[in-house]
Amino acid sequence: MRALFLHTAGSVLARMPDSTASTKSQSRRPGYGAGLRAVAPLLPAVLAFGVSFGVLADAAGFGATASIVMSLTTFAGSAQFAIVSVLGAGGTVAAAIVAAVLLNARYGPMALSAASVFRGGRLRRLLEAQLLVDESWALAQRDGEFDRRVMIGAGLGLYVGWSAGTAIGVFAGDSIGDPAALGLDAAFPALFLALLAPLLRNRDALAAALLGAGIAIALTPITPAGIPVVAATAACLVGLRRPAAQPSRSAEESRA
Amino acid sequence: MNAAWTAVLVVGVATIALKAAGPVLAGGRELPLGSARVVNLLAPALLAALVATQAFASDEALALDERGAGLMAAAAAILLRAPLVVVLLVAAVTAAGLRLIA
Repeated sequence: MRALFLHTAGSVLARMPDSTASTKSQSRRPGYGAGLRAVAPLLPAVLAFGVSFGVLADAAGFGATASIVMSLTTFAGSAQFAIVSVLGAGGTVAAAIVAAVLLNARYGPMALSAASVFRGGRLRRLLEAQLLVDESWALAQRDGEFDRRVMIGAGLGLYVGWSAGTAIGVFAGDSIGDPAALGLDAAFPALFLALLAPLLRNRDALAAALLGAGIAIALTPITPAGIPVVAATAACLVGLRRPAAQPSRSAEESRA
Repeated sequence: MNAAWTAVLVVGVATIALKAAGPVLAGGRELPLGSARVVNLLAPALLAALVATQAFASDEALALDERGAGLMAAAAAILLRAPLVVVLLVAAVTAAGLRLIA
């Protein structure tokens, strides 16, 4: 446990701006195991939310097989909760599908941001991409680059935890209590903040983060759930405002 | 086919396609420099949006609740360079403690 502790600390949080230049030349790259170790602290929360999804899906009349197949194929918590809550409240299947697809639309730009590191044939890339969820994508941000093997290792841990939790919830019922009462829902924004912090090493990244958060907050009350995060991707366009490697031009611009 | 299986099938196929589109169509290719700079900023923009919505959004409304307090406590732990597992525990314990009192 102590080793895990130190590893997670070292790999995720202690990588502050000092280690910028060394990534490319490092011979020892973090691997699948590093992804599994990085995701380990999250697994109790993921398992607990999987259980509560199983319980809710069962209560909404989903049936055991459909609930578990959904966790195995869709593998995206917020969209799955949206589907069972819409259908459970008597909504139409079309409304449930639209809500879930909007919630998952963020995976388009997320996967695109990581696209260049995927290897092999199309089928292999398609299958590996399925392990991309918020947490595995976020944990794979290493030194400003996306580490495919960390994403796969972390994604496998999340996949097993989420699917096993769903099965436990469906068959064993509400045995572990409400995840919210344990504060587990508060762990997820904390995770994303912890993974965001080391990325904020230059002004463009800071501007993109502030603008992204601002867009998401501003749109939350006025758009369907899912849209705010997708719209926040527009914040990456701050990268267009000036070429970072040409200080002479930005000096001209700032004078104007 | 009932409503549950229709949703499982349609959302499953849509999600698989959303995740696979970038890596299948643009995988293994270096992006041109200009678009690389933009794509590299997707990570901070999306992470910040996830922080904002997971801490302060409740369905389609803004909410300042125990998750926000947990996030503030986590931010302090991050500034103190606490290990990730400690950051997560600080956030969860803060939110759970406040809910216990309320």
